[in-house]
Amino acid sequence: MTNEALQHFITERVPGAEVQQGVQFLQAVVPSTKARNLLIDLRNHPETRFDFLFCLTGVDYPPDHMMVVYHLKSTEFGHQLVVKSKIPTRENPETDTVCDIWRTAEFHEREIFDLFGIRFTNHPDLRRLLLTDDWIGYPLRKDYYDPVNMIEY
Amino acid sequence: MERIIASQPETQEYFINMGPQHPSTHGVLRLVLTLDGEIIKKVEPHIGYIHRSIEKMCEHDSYQQIVHLTDRMDYLSCHINNEAVCLAVENALQLEVPERVKVIRTIIAELQRLSSHQLWWGVMGMDLGAITTFLYGFRDREMITDIFEETCGARLTMNYNVPGGLMFDIHPNFQRRTKEFVKHFKKKLPEYDDLLSNNIIFRQRTIGIGRLSKEDAISYGVTGPTARASGFSCDVRKHHPYSAYPKVQFKEILRTEGDCFARYQCRMDEMRESLSIIEQLIDNIPEGPYKVPTKAVIKLPKGEWYQRVETARGEFGVYIISDGQRSPYRLKFRSPGFSNLSALDHMARGCKIADLIAIMSTIDLVIPDIDR
Repeated sequence: MTNEALQHFITERVPGAEVQQGVQFLQAVVPSTKARNLLIDLRNHPETRFDFLFCLTGVDYPPDHMMVVYHLKSTEFGHQLVVKSKIPTRENPETDTVCDIWRTAEFHEREIFDLFGIRFTNHPDLRRLLLTDDWIGYPLRKDYYDPVNMIEY
Repeated sequence: MERIIASQPETQEYFINMGPQHPSTHGVLRLVLTLDGEIIKKVEPHIGYIHRSIEKMCEHDSYQQIVHLTDRMDYLSCHINNEAVCLAVENALQLEVPERVKVIRTIIAELQRLSSHQLWWGVMGMDLGAITTFLYGFRDREMITDIFEETCGARLTMNYNVPGGLMFDIHPNFQRRTKEFVKHFKKKLPEYDDLLSNNIIFRQRTIGIGRLSKEDAISYGVTGPTARASGFSCDVRKHHPYSAYPKVQFKEILRTEGDCFARYQCRMDEMRESLSIIEQLIDNIPEGPYKVPTKAVIKLPKGEWYQRVETARGEFGVYIISDGQRSPYRLKFRSPGFSNLSALDHMARGCKIADLIAIMSTIDLVIPDIDR
């Protein structure tokens, strides 16, 4: 599918989506409430078939929002796409899980929860992954401060 | 007696902690196994024992400094990791590096892949109870680390790449010693097959064990030889070629069985391909500068870049979000080991504990790569 067709595919499903051509990939910013349905369509539609989620991560944008970034590729057609799910809050951010669509998301979502504090609803086992269970705070947030272990620049 | 046989014996699931200090986990990885007798019901990896938060550190470091941090993740593919960051920065700055740099980078990356696979082959044999392989693997790996030492000054974490090229030119002996190594190792590879590949005990412990289908491999994001053994064509060198890979002829090794033996064979064949890539390039290193000058403080323009490379374990990705400052706004390392580990539970269910060791060896985990 060409980038124009993909752009049309996304705006048809999520009318308010901001789709633009990035340096490498086509990027679509969608509200987090609509991300899951769009991702299911992108995974299952016979013309898109994004079956390979090769990178999944979070980004913190203080003061008002956070992003979950999905890098998708179709192993059948070879096209690639970046979907960014925008969560409009930093207090108890929440979005739907995609680990039933791509199994790799289970680990990645735990990592994002661990480091950004984004909760994934319906995730089967949402616990901290890299840090200890009693860790306070979410280190990859921009306002995280650790008086003991951090070196100040 | 009859009564005992007639009644179903009651069984109960129990847990075993494997690791964090277990010789076959190759680092500090802890697996909590749920077992029924000796049959594995569930494997739950507990990771993060050597988490250093490299991604957070990168948010304060300059791009030249970040290159050095990537060595410390997958230390067996450090040159290739360095290359990923350098390529991402060069892409963002639209910097064209000289042909000489591309060729040298590719040769060293393939030497690195060979040395990683040699180490893997050695420890895989050791995991399954054959100490000899470890000594054989390390004997041949020594020649590669000697070449690295002469050219880069370091044997393991080389730091040879810098944004814009290489830190310094190759050593005058580099070509001669690499050719010597290729000649030597070509003779030794059949020995590897004699020792392990055709060993009946080894084959019984790996054939048909830990199957992973192609669909599951894609869904779990598994890459590298682990995925190619299941028939998932994912070689970054073929699909998204970088450096000198578009110029060389090589095959992407694919198998369909998806079991431990297929993964083993995949890596063995990859070693042969790597030797052939080195042979094609080693006499054709173009003359020219080994570096293009960059500014002392590199500032990327605003935007996002994703650069992928093929390490010895799979697709390593660097995702940079830049806001125009001297350090990235956010940097994510997509490490191959992390995704490959997530498929371990799926592969090991229904196997025995001894099979789990074989499965873990053939995934070829490097723990710092997973924990970052």
